[in-house]
Amino acid sequence: MDTAVPSRKLRLATTSLAGCFGCHMSFLDIDERLLELVERVDFDRSPLTDIKTCGPCDIGLIEGGVCNAENIHVLRDFRRHCKVLIAIGACAVNGGLPAQRNHLDLGLCLQEVYLTAPGNVGRQIPNDPELPLPLDKVHPIHEVVRIDYFIPGCPPAGDAIWKFLTDLLEGRTPRLGHPLLHFD
Amino acid sequence: MNDVSQPPSLLLDGLPVPFRDGQTIMDAAMAAEIFIPHLCHHPEFKPQGSCKLCTVKANGRYVSACTMPARDGMEVENNSPDLNDKRRTMLQMLFVEGNHFCPSCEKSGDCMLQALAYELEMLSPHFEQFYPDRPVDASHPDVLLDFNRCILCELCVRASRDVDGKNVFALSGRGITKHLIVNAESGRLADTNFSLADQAAHVCPVGVILEKRRGFAVPIGSRRYDVDPIGMQVERLATRSATEEEA
Repeated sequence: MDTAVPSRKLRLATTSLAGCFGCHMSFLDIDERLLELVERVDFDRSPLTDIKTCGPCDIGLIEGGVCNAENIHVLRDFRRHCKVLIAIGACAVNGGLPAQRNHLDLGLCLQEVYLTAPGNVGRQIPNDPELPLPLDKVHPIHEVVRIDYFIPGCPPAGDAIWKFLTDLLEGRTPRLGHPLLHFD
Repeated sequence: MNDVSQPPSLLLDGLPVPFRDGQTIMDAAMAAEIFIPHLCHHPEFKPQGSCKLCTVKANGRYVSACTMPARDGMEVENNSPDLNDKRRTMLQMLFVEGNHFCPSCEKSGDCMLQALAYELEMLSPHFEQFYPDRPVDASHPDVLLDFNRCILCELCVRASRDVDGKNVFALSGRGITKHLIVNAESGRLADTNFSLADQAAHVCPVGVILEKRRGFAVPIGSRRYDVDPIGMQVERLATRSATEEEA
């Protein structure tokens, strides 16, 4: 008889900060293995559940870097609630596409987009108090909180995400070798 | 004295590797198809040992394999956790110093920096990003220079100066301000006699010197290091030629 303590279901939360949800789409690319995954984990906050606040979790998956004040808030909240926090995708790992604005002046960017670009005559830079303030620079998430694991890729392949998660769930050190480890 | 029938050899990770007089540790390893990670080394150009990725331990001391002459009986440590940890750290420093945004880079999949990061399982940049401001030079009709990705290996400098005889490129500045420049009064590549026929056009291990209008001739996913890891391509690396590099 198996005397091992029956393993409880783990809780998994996911979110996208300054990302494009491409990593979440890639996460869905694990296809029917998603059914196998929900046998072993319960989803907490995630676009998949539409739960808006993060409770105590075992694993947190963060897509995207930080580009505004709300991103910082959500990221810190995830760090507080998740035992293991994973950066998923190029933007979370090194800033990615949103960070390509880092060598430009933020004020000039906003002016260009909302005021001076063709078709924007007479509009205004959005200033509703409910809008999170953009940060001067976009940062990868490890520059704000401690990150336990990184899954690079733009996006990482569904197979890479699956390999990583199953390694983690089964207590192995997650490892992506060739050809799953990709930066593009 | 060496017996003529017994060529001199060094011990590379415990394995006897023969070499000829005048060969470096890198030459000997490459000839034996043993991979030593490297970026600034190219078999056709004079080694300079600047990238430090090929750092090995020879008789207990850290040396650059590409510049260190092989010696009979030398004990060389190469593929060890200690050295690979240090190499990974050096890669991380190279990544954060520049703007290495692989998803938008034409060289992705053919880039040695990226391939080594895969080989050494570099999963994160670890350090804070510098995000330097490095404008591109698109002035030349056939070649784009994207300085964001320069790792200062000086292969283009060496090729243009020593082989092409044109001296188009140079490094300027010191320390953290060191950067690649174009030797023209305007600083623009269009104002030099640089051409696609130059060897310097085909030696960049990363995505700085890019031939225009052919960036995605080979799709992402089917490229050199997408197919096989760089560590499995020692024979090609040892015999590669800047004249056929992009053929």
